[in-house]
Amino acid sequence: MVIARLGLQEAVRRRVFLVVAVLTVAYLVLYGLGTWQAFKSVETSGAGDLQGVEPDVLAGATLLGLNMFGTLFLGTILAVFLTLGAVRGDAERGLLQPLLVRPVSRREVLLARWAAASAVCAAYVIAVFLLAAVITWAAGGWWPDRVLEPAAEMAAAVAILCALSLAGSVVLSSTANGIAVFMVFGAGLVAGLLGQIGEALGSHTLQDVAEVASWVLPFEALYQGALGAITADTLGFTKLALDLGPFGGAQDFGPLLWPWALVYLVGVGAAAVAAFARRDL
Amino acid sequence: MPALAVTDLRKRYKRIEALRGVSLEVGEGELFGLLGPNGAGKSTLVKIACGLVRPTTGRAEIAGAPAGTPDAHRALGYLAELFRFPDWLSADELLGVHQQLAGSDGGFRERGELLELVGLAEAADRRVGEMSKGMQQRLGIAQAMIGAPRLLLLDEPTSALDPVGRRTVRRLLEELRSRGVAVLLNSHLLSEVELVCDRVAIIARGAVVAAGTPGELSRPGGVEVETASGTRVFAQATREEAPRIVRELVRAGEEVFGVRVLTSSLEDAYLEAVGES
Repeated sequence: MVIARLGLQEAVRRRVFLVVAVLTVAYLVLYGLGTWQAFKSVETSGAGDLQGVEPDVLAGATLLGLNMFGTLFLGTILAVFLTLGAVRGDAERGLLQPLLVRPVSRREVLLARWAAASAVCAAYVIAVFLLAAVITWAAGGWWPDRVLEPAAEMAAAVAILCALSLAGSVVLSSTANGIAVFMVFGAGLVAGLLGQIGEALGSHTLQDVAEVASWVLPFEALYQGALGAITADTLGFTKLALDLGPFGGAQDFGPLLWPWALVYLVGVGAAAVAAFARRDL
Repeated sequence: MPALAVTDLRKRYKRIEALRGVSLEVGEGELFGLLGPNGAGKSTLVKIACGLVRPTTGRAEIAGAPAGTPDAHRALGYLAELFRFPDWLSADELLGVHQQLAGSDGGFRERGELLELVGLAEAADRRVGEMSKGMQQRLGIAQAMIGAPRLLLLDEPTSALDPVGRRTVRRLLEELRSRGVAVLLNSHLLSEVELVCDRVAIIARGAVVAAGTPGELSRPGGVEVETASGTRVFAQATREEAPRIVRELVRAGEEVFGVRVLTSSLEDAYLEAVGES
């Protein structure tokens, strides 16, 4: 608890939260303006004449999907910067040793750092997602089919990214770890897009590659699950049109996704603890 | 039970053998100096005692508990050679964090007493980032003393201190000895070690090459006699032979103005032990 609190206190004192809050407000204002303009264009362009497609749903889901991508990206940045130097970086700077000679186990130190970073990042993505949903509703009257489910999936996605970054910090230098986590994050997103392209082209190989990648990097599967959940009850041509867009066509990974995400998290945590236990400082 | 017991400790970093079977003990309330050139293995030894580095073979125990265990951590305080504290914390907050981690219930009183002891009472609310290196080092010593540990492991605790700061630390070490706290002092400053330490071990190339009290390590260096015809040195003579030498010189008609028994300094002993004499 002391170490987790210390991490949060540091973020407050170093004005990390203030900077993030100010920039997020700017981001949401921009999103609000864009959403308002988009709905206005839909209304005036006669897109409502498209047979069987509900333009408000199409615009709302696409815009919120875009926001979810942005939110996950910002959450990932936060996760990486809060954890990238947690072990090796802090040890090289001489910050870690005074803490580890106290009657606190290395496992507890890692767990505390993960809990603090995950709490911050999860709260952040949930808050931004919910605010964006409210903005979308206020601008165009569209509300996602599910709210809690995608919020929870986004939160779980950043918690996994925090764990990966923390595990990386045990073996990699801060810079190398930051680069590695962003590359893994990018690889996950590309895999998701490949799957979507595969679905549009009817390529099973691409779809299989994307599915395997999503299981290997479950933050991507959770993100896709979250994208799918916002239009879970949408049917017909609207759903078809959404599936063809960049933020539709999300795969449903079924009921095993959550247990797998939990197992994955525990596995990454156990590997990090084992590596940390063997590390000479 | 010794405050620190190290038995046949070996540590290998890939191709480098940092420690080659080091054994030593630090008793309760003893001030023990660890000397040796750079890369001799002193810091590795201290880090193993702290549980920061795993030994390849051998044992290290703090007050009877294996190094690295919570019981061992409860019994020790540590100041690393290269350390840093969060620069956004004040001195008082930093000690508060370490009190919580150490499970100390000393509260404000303990923090105030420790800051007073290291001469930082006026800087309790000053942020670490606003302190000089010397002040941070003294704060580091105060931090190591949180929870009244039985053993203090101080790795070059005076490296950034000016002469006044060094004297403060020297007095502090003597105060600690009077309180029964054992201290393992890893230092390059031979004069400092000679002044305060009860016993000394000299480490070179990962092994203890000499150990004993500073007096034991210092060897007789002869007798120097100042006479009217100049200073004469009897290199092989011992302290006990000085009266006889003076008697013989006087009998031979020499006028004797002064006699000095020469001993080699700890520095000489050190240089000889590490093979640099």
